[in-house]
Amino acid sequence: MENFTPYSAAAGGALIGLGAALLLFFNGRIAGISGIINGSLTQPKGDTLWRILFIAGLVLGAGAVVWTTPLAFIPRTGFSPILVIAAGLLVGFGTRMGSGCTSGHGVCGLARMSPRSLIATLTFVATGAVTVFIVRQVVGG
Amino acid sequence: MGLYLASLLAGLLMGSGLAIAQMINPEKVIAFLDFAGNWDPSLAVVLCAALAVSFIGYRLTIGRDQPLLANAFHIPDRRDIDMPLVAGAAIFGIGWGLGGYCPGPAIGAISLGLWEPLIFVAAMLVGSFLYGLLTRQR
Repeated sequence: MENFTPYSAAAGGALIGLGAALLLFFNGRIAGISGIINGSLTQPKGDTLWRILFIAGLVLGAGAVVWTTPLAFIPRTGFSPILVIAAGLLVGFGTRMGSGCTSGHGVCGLARMSPRSLIATLTFVATGAVTVFIVRQVVGG
Repeated sequence: MGLYLASLLAGLLMGSGLAIAQMINPEKVIAFLDFAGNWDPSLAVVLCAALAVSFIGYRLTIGRDQPLLANAFHIPDRRDIDMPLVAGAAIFGIGWGLGGYCPGPAIGAISLGLWEPLIFVAAMLVGSFLYGLLTRQR
């Protein structure tokens, strides 16, 4: 467990929770990233600008850290592009079908004690863990 | 105007949080899911810290007549557990474990200036579009 980084995880997590809380307090919106992205493609025009600004904020917020401080990790290189595409397709399809992702179900849904979000979160952590187990232990073995 | 600034601010906070917590590093996310290997519980701490803050924030907000800058709350009201919820979450989890990205961190990781997050996000949009196509035909 030498890779465990509890302090940066707690600080980062608190900022994520604060952003989610402010979006509901100010705008009445759930900060589910997949829902915000999907809505920017499917919702009427008047409902898209706030979504685009939120997504721009995500990139710029991460960039504010990445561009000003030494990177705490070495970015992965040489990972199979086919796997990246397959993963992206599954994540896009699954989050739309299941009405949410880690932020929408995991952070916002659990914060309002939604039974749907609890089931969804337990499910995606379980299938994610099984997938990593298969890739690392069975295939990669 | 304020509504748009609030959206940008929420995005900035969440994006910086994801970067500080190193969640934009897919290897760190996979290390959390790797219970049989060199397990890294950091993601669980991220989720718990996020929940602690959002839970309090939501408590203070839900029950008010309306949000500060908008007319109405947009909060899902369904409580039933149905097949698309469970199957969708299961499919999402497989993709999450395979690539180490979920939607928020993937978008934040674009700031690294590498191809991988961009390819992932493009594929993610296609996947979502495909589900839309599939359900419209039914």
